[in-house]
Amino acid sequence: MIRRAAALSVLALAGPAMAEEVAPDMPERLDIRFWQAVSNMNPYLSGGVKDIEAAAMVLEPLARYGPDGALIPYLAREIPSRANDGIAADRRAITWRLRDDITWSDGTPLTAEDVAFTGEYCRHPDSGCAARSRFAEVETIEALDAHTVRITFEQAMPVPFGPFVGAQSPILQKAQFAECLGARAPECGEQNFHPVGTGPFMVRDFRPDDIVVFDANPAYRDPDRPNFETAAIIGGGDAAAAGRSVMETGEMDYAWNLQVAPEILERMEDGGAGVLEIGFGTTVERIEVNLTDPSPELDEEIRATRAAPHPVLEDRRVRKALSLAIDRELLSEIGYGPAARPVCDLIPAPEPFVSGANDACLEPDRARAAELLDDAGWRQGPDGVRMRDGEPLELTFTTSTNAVRQDIQALIQQWWRDLGIEVRLRNIEPSVYFGGESGSPDTFQRFYSDLQMYANLFDGTDPQGYLGARRCGFEPRPETQWQGENINRYCDAEYDALWDELAATGARERRAEIARALNDMLIRDYAVLPLVHRGSVSARAASLGGVEFNVWDSELWNVADWYRIED
Amino acid sequence: MTEPTALDPLRNQWWAVWDRLRRNRAALAGGLLFAGLLIFVALGPLLWMVDPWQIDPDNRNQGPSLGHPLGTDQLGRDLLARLMVGGRITLAVGVAAMALGVGLGVLIGVVAGYFRRLDGVLMRLTDLFLALPILPILLVLVLLFREALAARLGEAAGIFLLVVGAIALTSWMHTARIVRADVMAIKERDFIVAAQSIGTPPRRIITRHILPNVLSPVIVSATLGVAGAIMTESALSFLGMGFPPDVPTWGRMVFDAVDYMQQFPGRVLWPGAFISLTVLSVNYLGDGLRAALDPRG
Repeated sequence: MIRRAAALSVLALAGPAMAEEVAPDMPERLDIRFWQAVSNMNPYLSGGVKDIEAAAMVLEPLARYGPDGALIPYLAREIPSRANDGIAADRRAITWRLRDDITWSDGTPLTAEDVAFTGEYCRHPDSGCAARSRFAEVETIEALDAHTVRITFEQAMPVPFGPFVGAQSPILQKAQFAECLGARAPECGEQNFHPVGTGPFMVRDFRPDDIVVFDANPAYRDPDRPNFETAAIIGGGDAAAAGRSVMETGEMDYAWNLQVAPEILERMEDGGAGVLEIGFGTTVERIEVNLTDPSPELDEEIRATRAAPHPVLEDRRVRKALSLAIDRELLSEIGYGPAARPVCDLIPAPEPFVSGANDACLEPDRARAAELLDDAGWRQGPDGVRMRDGEPLELTFTTSTNAVRQDIQALIQQWWRDLGIEVRLRNIEPSVYFGGESGSPDTFQRFYSDLQMYANLFDGTDPQGYLGARRCGFEPRPETQWQGENINRYCDAEYDALWDELAATGARERRAEIARALNDMLIRDYAVLPLVHRGSVSARAASLGGVEFNVWDSELWNVADWYRIED
Repeated sequence: MTEPTALDPLRNQWWAVWDRLRRNRAALAGGLLFAGLLIFVALGPLLWMVDPWQIDPDNRNQGPSLGHPLGTDQLGRDLLARLMVGGRITLAVGVAAMALGVGLGVLIGVVAGYFRRLDGVLMRLTDLFLALPILPILLVLVLLFREALAARLGEAAGIFLLVVGAIALTSWMHTARIVRADVMAIKERDFIVAAQSIGTPPRRIITRHILPNVLSPVIVSATLGVAGAIMTESALSFLGMGFPPDVPTWGRMVFDAVDYMQQFPGRVLWPGAFISLTVLSVNYLGDGLRAALDPRG
C-alpha cells in the first residue's frame, strides 16, 4: 500500500493528465530507482552506464551475456560457433540467424535489414557512437536474407562477439531511425527518447534526467510476459536514499548501484523490506608496484621510465614482502563489507579465466616477509626503519581521494611500518588523478610515487586486451605524452610472447589456459598486488521475484521474468 | 597587585589594557577557553599516551569507554589521541597563516593608505589577487613548490610551510583594503596633522598614532582569519593537496567522518566542536582585545 501511495505521488508530480489516466483501478507497477536518472534511451548515444542499463527494458541485442558470463541467444536463434558454421574457418566472418517470430512493438516484423542498419548507424563516420569500439574491426555487415546477417572483419577475430551482443549494442528499428544517421543522430529526440523495441516494455513517457514510464509491450514474443503492466524508472537522490527506498521504506521494487559504506549497507539490510543483490564482475582493487624510479632528482626525460629502474622495488623479494604483509580479508571486510571479497588474482572472473593458483596470499605471513627483507639486505635500523648501505627503506604510497581508500592506505601503512618500512601516504583528487592530463605530474599514468592503489576492470568477458596492456612498450612515458596502460612499467619478453600466442588462439579452453598463465606471471612476479574483488550492489524488494543479478550485461536483462511474490 | 609606577609609561599602558580586558567577561572566557585548547593539544599527548596512529581492527567504531574516552574511529584508532595530535597542526596552521596573512595585509594596507604614490599600484595588486580564483591558485602553488620545498626542508616542515604560506598569500587582501580605508580616514585627522607639523617621521606616526587606531579592524580580520585558515587547510587536505592523509587535522577528521554521521555522530561532532570552539574563543578574545586596545575607549 505504501508503494502504491508513493507511485501515485510521483505520478501526481509528473502532471495532472497522467494522474487521471492512472488513478482509477491502477494496475501494479514495477518501480525501479536509478539515483543517477536516465537521460537517453538510446545506448549508442550515451556512454552512461545508467542509460545502457535502462535501455534493456526496451531494446534487445542478438545475444546477451548471462549471469555466468556465457552467451544466451535473444533475437538470434542460436549462438554462432565453429560447430554450427556460424563462424568462418578463418575467423574473419560470423553469421547470425535471427528468430523469425519477433515483431517490433509497433507490430512490424524484425528483419536482418534492421540489424544491418544498426551497424550502419553506429559505424557512420559522423556519428559519436558510444559503442564504436565494438565495431572497430568490422569490414562489412550484410543482410543475406530476411533472417540472416553476416559480419566480416578486417582480421581474424578470436572472439567475434563485439557487434550486436550485450546491452551496449542492441538492435534499432530501421524504419524509425532511417533519418537519424550520422550527425543527425543526436537531433532525433523523439526516436532517442521513445525507441521502438522488441523488449518486454515500451516507453510511454520520457522525462530526461527525471522519470521514464513504461507500458508492457503487447507484441512481446512471450504472451505471458512481462508480469507487470507498467513500469517506471525513477531518478534522483543519492545511492543511500535509493537503497533506503527499497530496503527500509519499501516504496520501490529495485534500486540500482548502491555504492555506500559497508556500515550503511548493513543498517539498510536491517530495514527488512528488501535484500541486497551483489554480483562480482572483474573490478579488482590493486596496488601497482612502480618498477621504475620516480625520484624527483632524476631528469624529467627518464624519471619514472624504463630507463631508470627502481632502486628498491626492482628486487622481487621486497615486492613479495610487501604483499605478504597485507591482510586482504581484513581490508575487504573493513573497506567494503559484503560488497567485496579478498582476491589474489588480477583476473577474478569469469570462471574459466580464474587461476586460483595464488590464493596463498590470503594468509599474511609477516615473519616470512621480514626474512625476505633481511635477505634483500634491508637490516633493522636504530629507529625501527630498515636500512641498506646507509639508506632508509622509505616508500610513497598514493591513491585517489576517497574515504574507503584512505582507510585502506592507513591499514597497509601500519602493516608495512611494522615490517620496518617507512611509508609516506598521499592522496590526489580523483578528477586530477584519473584525468589523464598529460601535463599534470599527479596522474596515475605518471606514477610519480613508489606504489599506488586504484581499481580497474575489463569490459565484457574476454581479458585479451586487459592482459595486453602489460606488454613492453605500452607504458606511459614522455614520448607518448604519458598515455598508456602499462602503469607499473612491466616488461618481460616471455610474457609478451605468451600474449602473442593468446591473440592468435581461437579455442576458448586454450585461451583461458593462456590467460591464466599470464595472470600467474604477473602475480608471481609481485608486479601488481591484487587486494579485493569489488562487486556491484543493488537492492530488490523482498516481494520482487525472478531477479537474476547479472554483472556481464544490464541488470535488467531478464526484467520480463520479474514478478510480484504474492503473500 | 602592585601599583604601577608613573615612571614606566609602557608598563603603565599595557597594565591599563589588561585591566580593561580583565573586566570584559566574554573576552576573559574566550581567552581562557583558547588557553585551555592550547593546553589540551600541547600537554594532552603527554598525559594521554595512546598512539593516535595505532590501528586496532578488533575495536572499530567503539563508543566511549575507559580505554577510549571518546570512542574509536572506523579503523579502531583512539579519537581523543587523534584530536590532540590533530589540534596541534590545525592550531599551528590557523595561527601561523593568520599572522602571516594579517601581517601582509596590514603592511600593504598601511603603506597604500599613507603613501599616496604607492596607493594605485598596491590597490590594483590587491584587486588582482581578489579577482583570482583562490582554490586553483592554491592548487597551482602546491603543485609547483611541494616537491622543491619537501626536498629542501623535509616532508613535514616543507608541507607545513607551503600550506601556511599558500593560505596567507591568498587571504591578505581584505585586511589590506580595510586597513587602507581606515588609514586614509585617520591620516586627515587633526592629531596626525599636529604630529606631522612638529616633524614626527612617518615611521613614528604610523606605529605610534595610526596602528593603534586601526587595530580594531585588524583584530576582527585576524579572528576571522584563524577560522578561514583552518577551513582552507581542511579543503586542501581533502583535495589531497595539503597534509598527507595520515595527518589527522581537525578539518580532515570532520571530512572523514561525514559518511558515518548517522551511525556515529560523535566523530563529526568532536572535531567540529573543537573547530567551532577555537573560532568562537578567538573571536571573543579578539573582540575584547579590540575594545581594550582602543585608544578612545
